[in-house]
Amino acid sequence: MAYSDKVLDHYENPRNVGKMDDKDINVGTGMVGAPACGDVMRLQIKVDENGIIEDAKFKTYGCGSAIASSSLLTEWVKGRSLEEATLIKNQDIADELGLPPVKIHCSVLAEDAIKAAIEDVRQKRKGSL
Amino acid sequence: MQFPIYLDYSATTPVDPRVAEKMSECLTLESNFGNPASRSHMFGWKAEEAVEAARRQVADLINCDPREIVWTSGATEADNLAIKGAAHFYCKKGKHIITSKIEHKAVLDSCRQLEREGYEVTYLEPSSAGIITPEAVAAAIREDTTLVSLMHVNNEIGVINDIAAIGKVTRENNVLFHVDAAQSAGKQEIDMESMQVDLMSLTAHKIYGPKGIGALYVRRKPRVRIEPQIHGGGHERGMRSGTLATHQIVGMGEAYRLAKAEMQEENVRVLALRNRLLDGFKDMEEVYVNGDVDNRVAGNLNISFNFVEGESLMMALRNLAVSSGSACTSASLEPSYVLRAIGLNDELAHSSLRISIGRFTTEEEIDYAVEKIHEAVAKLRELSPLWDMYKDGVDLNQVKWAAH
Repeated sequence: MAYSDKVLDHYENPRNVGKMDDKDINVGTGMVGAPACGDVMRLQIKVDENGIIEDAKFKTYGCGSAIASSSLLTEWVKGRSLEEATLIKNQDIADELGLPPVKIHCSVLAEDAIKAAIEDVRQKRKGSL
Repeated sequence: MQFPIYLDYSATTPVDPRVAEKMSECLTLESNFGNPASRSHMFGWKAEEAVEAARRQVADLINCDPREIVWTSGATEADNLAIKGAAHFYCKKGKHIITSKIEHKAVLDSCRQLEREGYEVTYLEPSSAGIITPEAVAAAIREDTTLVSLMHVNNEIGVINDIAAIGKVTRENNVLFHVDAAQSAGKQEIDMESMQVDLMSLTAHKIYGPKGIGALYVRRKPRVRIEPQIHGGGHERGMRSGTLATHQIVGMGEAYRLAKAEMQEENVRVLALRNRLLDGFKDMEEVYVNGDVDNRVAGNLNISFNFVEGESLMMALRNLAVSSGSACTSASLEPSYVLRAIGLNDELAHSSLRISIGRFTTEEEIDYAVEKIHEAVAKLRELSPLWDMYKDGVDLNQVKWAAH
């Protein structure tokens, strides 16, 4: 399979790889996918008092497109409000990375991951966000 | 070193230069281009002579009579001809066929076609080592069984079935035995004199011959009958019509001659390379060899690096031409059915690489591969949430995953 330059770039130099303390009340964790399906993404965001995402980290088990989708997403969400982050659609990721149709599910997974992370931090900070 | 390094000899092999030279002598006006079926002139006679010499070379490798060799376009056609041909011919005797879950698609899809025609097929489960036992075959044979079709060596895991022992069972029960030997011919001893195999599929391109040529061995004593699947000029004693491709056949003959002459020596060398490769992974955690380690052909290593997905691993190994059992490398998005059938969980199936070594592989290439695989696995595990969880002592089987 031929990969786009952007997928290769994120794959070669993944941004924001890491893990945050998920017990921290300001950290939201979204873990989506399943090993049996060949991809698992863990996306974490850290929000400040005003609900702005000040940091994002990911780790992904999956193909190059899945790794690139999650890496790109961490770049995009930093500095955005939770509200703005929910507006990111999988198609935006797929377009930016030039994913072929067979790899669209990787971008869907990334969208699911950020939604799950937002939901998680909102739960933790009940009412304050 | 030349990059990328070819480590996919189970998929196909380059044509040996000695083979290519023989083939090139059968194409142009100045050389042996005639139609082997032309009986009225020298061009035809010469071509026929070359074809018959090649037939003897192929027969010599598996120790059979040259008249038992029927040329086909490859092992896929040979599988189709053997399975459908025998099932159709003996349909009055019964309509039950036995095969296994880890056969090549050419066998499985031929069986599926027969199911559509009203035949019944039993798909045997391999052991976790990847073999089909004679006992399992014996237990599956029924009154109406006409054919057992099993591979000698599995294409993904390289594990070897004991076809001599299985042949005893089928012969005792008066059932035909077809063996797909695409991955074993020229790599394992095959002796049709002593093995009770009735039909055997052969190919040239897995053993340094050209693509597009193969053969079906059809036993004469006791005589095995098959219905042709391709009709036409009645070539190959009516079993497979179509003008014989002299250059391809000559190539297969030479490849098989070389295999017979060099197999023993080559197996020793290739096995040493594979051991070197496997030793190179000894210091890594969570690495699994898929299928029996010892009971396999010298050139095959199928290995899983847990918590790393196969396609991303291959992406990191762009200088190595290997293949993976991961879903992402196939059109179906299903992980390897062979690895699943021998009991691997989906994670390990997704994490597998098939590295296959051959005639032109060097020690230097193996050492390079080991180094690159080490680097890639370390990098991807650093990226893997599953590796994190494993390191934190989380039992991944207890996690409730949302399948998608």
